[in-house]
Amino acid sequence: MLHIYCPYCEEMREEEEFSYSGEAHIARPTDPESLTDAQWGDYVFFRTNPRGLHHEMWNHAAGCRRYFNATRNTQTYEIHETYKMGEQPTVTGGKP
Amino acid sequence: MSSNQNNRLETGGRIDRSKPLTFTWNGKQFQGYQGDTLASAMLANDIKVVGRSFKYSRPRGIFGHGAEEANALMQLGVGKETIPNPRATQIELFNGLTATATNGWPNADFDLMEWVGKIGGKMMPPGFYYKTFMWPEKMWMTYEKFIRKAAGYGKASLEADPDTYDKMNRHCDVMVVGSGPAGLAAALEAGRAGKRVILADEQNEFGGTLLASKQTINGQPASEWAEAAAAELAAMDNVLCLTRTTVFGYYDQNFLGALERRTDHDGMTAKSGTRQRIHRIRAHQVVLASGAIERPLVFANNDLPGVMLSGSVATYVNRFGVVPGNRCVVMTTNDSGYQTALDITAAGRTVVAIVDTRHNPAGRLVDAARAAGITVKAGHAIIEAKGSKQVTDALVAPIDATGENLTGPATSMSCDLIAVAGGWSPVVHLSCHTGSRPQWSDEVAAFVPGPTIQHQHLAGAINGEYTTAGALNTGAQMGAKAAGSEAASTYDCGDESVCPAQAMYLVPHTKPVSRAPKQFVDFQNDVTAAGIELANREGFESIEHVKRYTAMGFGTDQGKTGNINGMAITAKNLGKTIAETGTTIFRPAYTPVTFGAIGGRDIGELLDPSRHTAMHPWHLDNGALFENVGQWKRPWYYPQAGESMQQTLNRECMAVRNSVGILDASTLGKIDIQGKDAREFLNRVYTNAFSKLAVGKCRYGLMLKEDGMVFDDGVTACLGENHFLMTTTSGGAAGVMAWLEMWSQTEWPELEVYFTSVTDHWATCSFSGPNARKVLEKLCDDVDLSSDAFKFMDWREGTVADIKARIFRISFTGELAFEVNVPANQGLYMWQKIMAAGEEFGITPYGTESMHVLRAEKGYIIVGQDTDGSVTPQDCGMHWVVGKNKEFSFLGKRSFSRPDTSREDRKHLVGLKPIDPTAVIPEGSQIVADPNQPIPMDMLGHVTSSYWSECLGHGIAMGTVISGQHKMGETVYCPLADGRVLAAEICSPVFYDPKGERHHD
Repeated sequence: MLHIYCPYCEEMREEEEFSYSGEAHIARPTDPESLTDAQWGDYVFFRTNPRGLHHEMWNHAAGCRRYFNATRNTQTYEIHETYKMGEQPTVTGGKP
Repeated sequence: MSSNQNNRLETGGRIDRSKPLTFTWNGKQFQGYQGDTLASAMLANDIKVVGRSFKYSRPRGIFGHGAEEANALMQLGVGKETIPNPRATQIELFNGLTATATNGWPNADFDLMEWVGKIGGKMMPPGFYYKTFMWPEKMWMTYEKFIRKAAGYGKASLEADPDTYDKMNRHCDVMVVGSGPAGLAAALEAGRAGKRVILADEQNEFGGTLLASKQTINGQPASEWAEAAAAELAAMDNVLCLTRTTVFGYYDQNFLGALERRTDHDGMTAKSGTRQRIHRIRAHQVVLASGAIERPLVFANNDLPGVMLSGSVATYVNRFGVVPGNRCVVMTTNDSGYQTALDITAAGRTVVAIVDTRHNPAGRLVDAARAAGITVKAGHAIIEAKGSKQVTDALVAPIDATGENLTGPATSMSCDLIAVAGGWSPVVHLSCHTGSRPQWSDEVAAFVPGPTIQHQHLAGAINGEYTTAGALNTGAQMGAKAAGSEAASTYDCGDESVCPAQAMYLVPHTKPVSRAPKQFVDFQNDVTAAGIELANREGFESIEHVKRYTAMGFGTDQGKTGNINGMAITAKNLGKTIAETGTTIFRPAYTPVTFGAIGGRDIGELLDPSRHTAMHPWHLDNGALFENVGQWKRPWYYPQAGESMQQTLNRECMAVRNSVGILDASTLGKIDIQGKDAREFLNRVYTNAFSKLAVGKCRYGLMLKEDGMVFDDGVTACLGENHFLMTTTSGGAAGVMAWLEMWSQTEWPELEVYFTSVTDHWATCSFSGPNARKVLEKLCDDVDLSSDAFKFMDWREGTVADIKARIFRISFTGELAFEVNVPANQGLYMWQKIMAAGEEFGITPYGTESMHVLRAEKGYIIVGQDTDGSVTPQDCGMHWVVGKNKEFSFLGKRSFSRPDTSREDRKHLVGLKPIDPTAVIPEGSQIVADPNQPIPMDMLGHVTSSYWSECLGHGIAMGTVISGQHKMGETVYCPLADGRVLAAEICSPVFYDPKGERHHD
């Protein structure tokens, strides 16, 4: 069971309080109607599935109910950082 | 009663001879002592055969003394108390204990299947089941029943467990797993440093191997030192000592599961309190001091009762005062066997010989054995055990230095006990649970824990540190390290020098492996060296494949003793090293955990909370049957005496159509939405426009996911310019709440909007029918209820039965209807007032089933029943609810024009009118165009909703049909499982009052 730091509550809490909410930093296109079907399909359906570092959204569902981001290693389950919505990750494994 | 414990020593051991205990094994009574395990008491009574093997039904005896025991699985207790498959070696003896063998038919001592095993043994290679019983495929179920009966382990009780179980959450700085020398030393350092420490050990007292040791620690007898250490730890406020507690799982980020057996040692059921407890432990640092398990050697008939692990024999002698035989041959590859031989000799029994595979053993223990007059046969091995139900002889032959070839003829040694010392395998299981792969160490000749990201420290034998002083000192160092300090204590145990061990796994025989008598690798799963060889020959080379093909390492044993030998044999067959062959990794649980403990208090009514509306007591009093909707208990229907379900539904529905009926609609999800941008937010998440919804008005809305598929629906009321009340489906409330919050927080933080779930705050009485207004008029005089003043889809604030209420004129039945919302505390009162006011009109409570019929007559969809996440608004004919001119591209809109979403031949939700007016098509039926088409037929879709409509006098249904909206009037068919075919005409889903005049009335 993961031990997750909620950046809003500023506390380590048990995974049971959280729900997973998919890949982070997927911005909704500002003008969907101008996109090609392929571009829109990419936004709606396609997500990365890396072995290693993954930036993902979590919701502190049984806590403050805030959404936040986490950088988690999908192989070791290590959570390197959690950060607030709108912030950028500092652990990127050398990728921008 | 048999009280002659022939194998019991007069003195010695940690048992209390003044406290005899009676126990029953396979229907016969025996005696043991306080402090015994069931296994030690059975051995004291010279019980040899304790069960039958899984596949070949061979007789098996006790072989280990702890978690490594693979044979002695018990059926403990009888009736509702019974527990299947605990190991006799881990059951503490109590007075009145009853145990039987888990297998063997007619009994373990005489087993008919043994003959099947003997005759059929050659015919039961690995993969046997796949190869034989899978064909013909249809017969598999028959075969399986037979196999299960023949092989099976213990049986679980079918009655409710009389005991209670619970769970506790724990936090600590340092978690120490195992209380042998390493664990005790680690806990002492961390405890003395003031850290919060938890020390857990599966046995009834701390000390591990020290309890059966004759060594000294800093001059003090080892067992005394252990007792003093345990006492010191028990006295520390910052240390939690958990005996009889198995750490069964090690999960991510230093989270551990530990099972504490609180009363198992005291009887079958707890006299008070909880029987077992799971500790859920979150630790800053973990010290693994789980020790090592001795390896058996793989030689012919090595599974005969009387063949035991050398260290286990020593434990029985020293800790329990039991010598499991009178004439022992010790087979060893290292010095461990010598200590056992010395202990047996000291107990006054005969050691026929020490058979050492090494050619030149020398040093401290070897000298001591020779000095004690024990014959040492160096460069020899036991190649085969002889006997039928127990060992009678050992065949001993000389071997070469590689240990792979015999160099001379075998001679026979008469004996009734063979103690085998094949080296030690660190208990790496826990370190594997977090995904860390064990690494082979040539130095240790075993797998040791590999690299990990956990805050984990290794102490003692788990890391190949096999001397007592080494375990104590690494324990102290790791305990101190985990505590962030320096070790304060050092330990000395005198001369512990040993002669180097030989790495040895499979012992050669005069015949090749495939011809020799069975050489067992995994006792619990009856995996032999020949079986592994065959699997390798058939192309199973990956150790993971070998495991699955042969079943090596399966079952409750999880390969504790067999795995390394199996990997070594595979490596040899493939011409690789063990390091290259690699290992399978261990998963939780280390030893089985009872379902009672896993369930804890989360059973029965506490398994899942059930939610009741404010009116629940009334529903109970009035005979409602209930339906589960999420966690809600909703009234399903209210049968009266003598009514069938259909008669009830007919009565309820007709009351709504002809007069007035009432529904408890409190469970509908309700979200209070406020903020200056609330209106814009609704525009974005709903398909239709909310820009112009005036205060006092309501609007039906449809919510989509970004893929354009229907996700939820409901009515939203405008309470104020910046204030709305959204309703959702009962089951979707939590999901919609999270959905709205996500968009608000992640994409549109600039919109000022706030969401509050108020589902439980409001109780909702929904009453509908031509007389609904008349009922409300009797209770409310401060709202103009006339049709012109209070229109359909309006809401008003008013006083109903002297309570301030929100009244919504919305309808899910197609009739004139009002929903009265009051704070939940007043819900029951309001319901009763409306019932009283409606009495003269015959107001009739109805449940979810009639609600479904009434809405289906009107063609109203139920999200999740008529839709399934692959249905667009257009698919269900709801183009009217999609805003064409909305400025913002609302959620899901862009997907409408995707090729797959916009094609004309999608499945459409349509009405289906059975041609036979008495027929009701079963929900879920498949729809086809031609029922005479050969199978497989082309499926057009399926029936999503179907009911008998009493007011229409025929069955009605809705379903999805390919291009259904373009097939109005066509006939389709539903072939049923019973062979009937029901025909139906495709029609509009609005069966009743298609112009919608009634709800506008």
